[in-house]
Amino acid sequence: MILDSKIPEGPLADKWTKHKFNVKLVNPANKRKYEVIVVGTGLAGASAAASLAELGYNVKAFCFQDSPRRAHSIAAQGGINAAKNYQNDGDSVFRLFYDTIKGGDYRSREANVYRLAQVSVNIIDQCVAQGVPFAREYGGLLANRSFGGAQVSRTFYAKGQTGQQLLLGAYSALSRQVANGKVKLYPRTEMMDVVTIDGKAKGIVTRNLITGAIESHAAHAVLLCTGGYGNVFFLSTNAMGSNVTAAWRAHKKGALMANPSYTQIHPTCIPVSGDHQSKLTLMSESLRNDGRVWVPATVEMAEKLRKRQISANDIKEEERDYFLERKYPSFGNLVPRDVASRNAKYMCDEGRGVNETGEAVFLDFRDAIKRDGKSTIEAKYGNLFDMYMQITGDNPYEGPMMIYPAVHYTMGGLWVDYNLMTNVPGLYALGEANFSDHGANRLGASALMQGLADGYFVIPYTVGDYLAQSAAAKLDVNDQAFKTAEKEVKDRIQKLLSIKGKKTVDHFHKRLGKIMWDYCGMARNAEGLTKAKAMIKELKAEFWTNVNVLGDNEELNQSLEKAHRVADFIELGELMVDDALNRDESCGGHFREEYQTPEGEALRDDENFAYVAAWEYLGEGKEEALHKEPLVFENVKLTQRSYK
Amino acid sequence: MNLTLKIWRQKNHSDKGGFKEYKVTDISKDMSFLEMLDVLNEQLTEKGEDPVHFDHDCREGICGMCSLYINGNPHGPLQTTTCQLHMRSFNDGETITIEPWRAKSFPVVKDLVTDRSAFDRIIQAGGYVSVNTGGVPDANEIPITKTIADMAMDAAQCIGCGACVAACKNASAMLFTSAKVSQLALLPQGQVERKTRAEKMVAQMDAEGFGACTNTGACEAECPKGISISNIARMNREYFSAVVSSQNV
Amino acid sequence: MSWVSKTLNSTLGKKLLMALTGLFLILFLVVHLAGNLQLLISDNGESFNIYAHSMANNPLIKVVSYGNFAFILLHVIYSIILTRQNKKSRPVGYAISRPQNNSSWSSRNMGILGTILLIFILVHLRGFWYEFKFGELPTAVYEGITYKNVFVIVSEAYSNVFYVAFYVICMGFLGFHLSHGFASAFQTLGLNHTKYSPLIQKVGFGFSIIVPALFALIPLVMYIQTL
Repeated sequence: MILDSKIPEGPLADKWTKHKFNVKLVNPANKRKYEVIVVGTGLAGASAAASLAELGYNVKAFCFQDSPRRAHSIAAQGGINAAKNYQNDGDSVFRLFYDTIKGGDYRSREANVYRLAQVSVNIIDQCVAQGVPFAREYGGLLANRSFGGAQVSRTFYAKGQTGQQLLLGAYSALSRQVANGKVKLYPRTEMMDVVTIDGKAKGIVTRNLITGAIESHAAHAVLLCTGGYGNVFFLSTNAMGSNVTAAWRAHKKGALMANPSYTQIHPTCIPVSGDHQSKLTLMSESLRNDGRVWVPATVEMAEKLRKRQISANDIKEEERDYFLERKYPSFGNLVPRDVASRNAKYMCDEGRGVNETGEAVFLDFRDAIKRDGKSTIEAKYGNLFDMYMQITGDNPYEGPMMIYPAVHYTMGGLWVDYNLMTNVPGLYALGEANFSDHGANRLGASALMQGLADGYFVIPYTVGDYLAQSAAAKLDVNDQAFKTAEKEVKDRIQKLLSIKGKKTVDHFHKRLGKIMWDYCGMARNAEGLTKAKAMIKELKAEFWTNVNVLGDNEELNQSLEKAHRVADFIELGELMVDDALNRDESCGGHFREEYQTPEGEALRDDENFAYVAAWEYLGEGKEEALHKEPLVFENVKLTQRSYK
Repeated sequence: MNLTLKIWRQKNHSDKGGFKEYKVTDISKDMSFLEMLDVLNEQLTEKGEDPVHFDHDCREGICGMCSLYINGNPHGPLQTTTCQLHMRSFNDGETITIEPWRAKSFPVVKDLVTDRSAFDRIIQAGGYVSVNTGGVPDANEIPITKTIADMAMDAAQCIGCGACVAACKNASAMLFTSAKVSQLALLPQGQVERKTRAEKMVAQMDAEGFGACTNTGACEAECPKGISISNIARMNREYFSAVVSSQNV
Repeated sequence: MSWVSKTLNSTLGKKLLMALTGLFLILFLVVHLAGNLQLLISDNGESFNIYAHSMANNPLIKVVSYGNFAFILLHVIYSIILTRQNKKSRPVGYAISRPQNNSSWSSRNMGILGTILLIFILVHLRGFWYEFKFGELPTAVYEGITYKNVFVIVSEAYSNVFYVAFYVICMGFLGFHLSHGFASAFQTLGLNHTKYSPLIQKVGFGFSIIVPALFALIPLVMYIQTL
């Protein structure tokens, strides 16, 4: 298989403009003859569904939550990047492009990233026009903050709830189209399979989560905007319902999965408190603008802290090790996420962790409060501080917060070309569900940017291009392909319900999560990965013989929902391990212990691994086939990423 | 901690439903309320009993999916979402009563799960600015007074959980509806459709069967995002001025 | 349906009527109190009787008083309509509810308070207004003009300890009704502002104590005088 990324010819800066002119258009009167399915209603899904409906296409939008407004984009806190250069501090489209490529450790596509930087400015305009209440200066103009991995202030924000406000903006646009009759909403509906006819995506099979009804929906194009798969680790900052099922079913129907092992571990999360933990809570990276990360200079002192013999405030200035500032003087606490996370891990591995479990470092606002006053800090981070207080019971205005890295985002995803189409014609992947823009590591405040760029400004052009080239043929859900897919789904449900084993679904999910975190988490090595692969295979076999899923299909059955998702996570886990094992280098979120510089930084191997690893499913029990899309860098020089 | 849980169980919408008692043991103070329910559900599943169904998703207090009327108050004793409520707010040996949101417009789907799509329909009635993608002015073209932008943000924080309806003795959705009406009435971008929006959203709110506001302030006191009832006053103002001056007969 | 009836049939429209009639009745209370306080002037009822006479014969006051009856009626009818609608909005109630954690008792019990006040008004009207209008009253002559001596009926009524107790207790309920109703009316009208709302709250609070207290003072003082 040859992977054609369909990157337009010409200079980087002109590619998107030229491409927009070259794409085929669907005549306005014909648009109403096309049906488009959008799965997922987060930033990418809601913005795509609304924009396509505005153009005149008939859209069906699906989400498993009870309302499209609840998609997990809502939880993004810190902000959204855009190359507006409102601050006059030297930002530009090229700089945002450069920062993103460099931040991604040179494992993303130049053309995609440049387009992302270009349309970033339109996103802010669009959101403001929708009534998104971004933070403003006293003069009434938009405010910006700085974020990890960048030396300019280009992040727009709405308190600590930027994702919420952007999503509600997209949701309002979507709601308007629902009222117009151009979008039909299917909440509490989960996608169970993609249906292809003659190799083209022609619809999906869904399960109504309330009634259990298995239904087919046909369309001329299917857009998967289903987010990331961080929950493969069981504990992550993802929502409980976030899952890989839609993407994984597409993968099993032929769509390639690219770079699945690229996982982002976010440095500023609230540490795990015990075995009962069901999810991890992130606190915005923006905290690192004013908070200073440190651990005690000595192991002895850390031990005393862990035993609660002393508290953080007892430790004198000279006994504190501000390790990020020490090791990276020019970026300090604002190094990219992967670097910050890994260094926190090193400190804890050295025995300098500060909580009972030894897996936490301090994030201290003492100096910021001294400098700016409590009220300023409260205005900036009040809601985050409150959240921290609620969860931990500690007051961060009085002593430092404790943080530890947690799985947060998955850069990998379905392979897509420049048009965001997977290798299955008519099947698209947008937002976190695709792999295209963040390389091996995503910069803060870029996920919101990508989701909305894909949905508002890319897909309306590229879907049109595809639809214009295929006739608006009548669709029939009675086609054999739909019937076969429906039967497969029903059989699988029957299978899950009939195992009646001894262990709960969560039991398997937790075990999978532990394997992934221990062997395919912040640091990986060949030996561990090989071990993990065997363990996952074993786990999978046990799952399908010993899982206990109660109840029936014909009702709201949350165990059954989870069982489907965990079954897919197990298979994905194995592929992630394969991918991590294949990539004999360290880059961004993928850190192989065998490949590091003497200072412990990630050591890339550009000669052998400057490619996208796209995996093809070949059938049950078979090893997946690797396809390589070479990454060509014409506009940036590949350097050792340095934030020193 | 050891606790007794009195939980509303209802097989489906048409089932009559009733309370059932459960015991949970060894609950840690650091658990969230939902994690405590997870423990119960693991136990139930192992015993072969249908686990208790409840809505939840982000578990960080922002998606608005979790609900639960706990010991007589929506989201329990604190002014927060249920997922952010921790067991340190309860005492060993306590009996905790857990009920679904109760409102005609929020029918029970199963156990503690309710259907809140009425909120979506209220937004669909006009909770938006009618701009298409593209072709909008530069974001900094219209300056907005910081105070006004902040007030709009305060209103926009609503997570649509429905605690306001659950808390209100009249099951009124005024706080929810007014938060959106306020946000868009405050911002210059919302001016064009200001009157029609107020009229349509109020009409939809009524059509859904929510009760009227009697200004008890229970909604504001229970709102996990602290949305102020000053928004309700603003919506009243918006509505009354709209009906007398709009062109909609 | 015209836009007017559509508006008045909306929950907000009904609330508007409640607020407007409520505010009118609050205003009426002030006027009524000003008149009643003349009962305390020790002139054997002369000022009060003259005042009652002038009120009964002033055409403007007549119109206002009919308006007043109409507004009381509207206030009552709409409260019944709204209460019924509100009850329907929650067909299944909670097994355990602790509303005291989120709202004041009077705000949740305006219906009960209102019902008590309605009973009070009926008793009050039967006792004084009806007697004044249609009853056989003694007369008094001041400066050559004959007046109905309503003061006699009042002082007679207020010599009865049960009647006085009933009055005083009902004024307590009025206080609770006003303690929510006063500020609530402004909120319903949309008059909520960072600067003025605290003032409205304070005035409302003061009003709900002072006005019923003064009303209650009159029978108390008159009763004590008879001892």
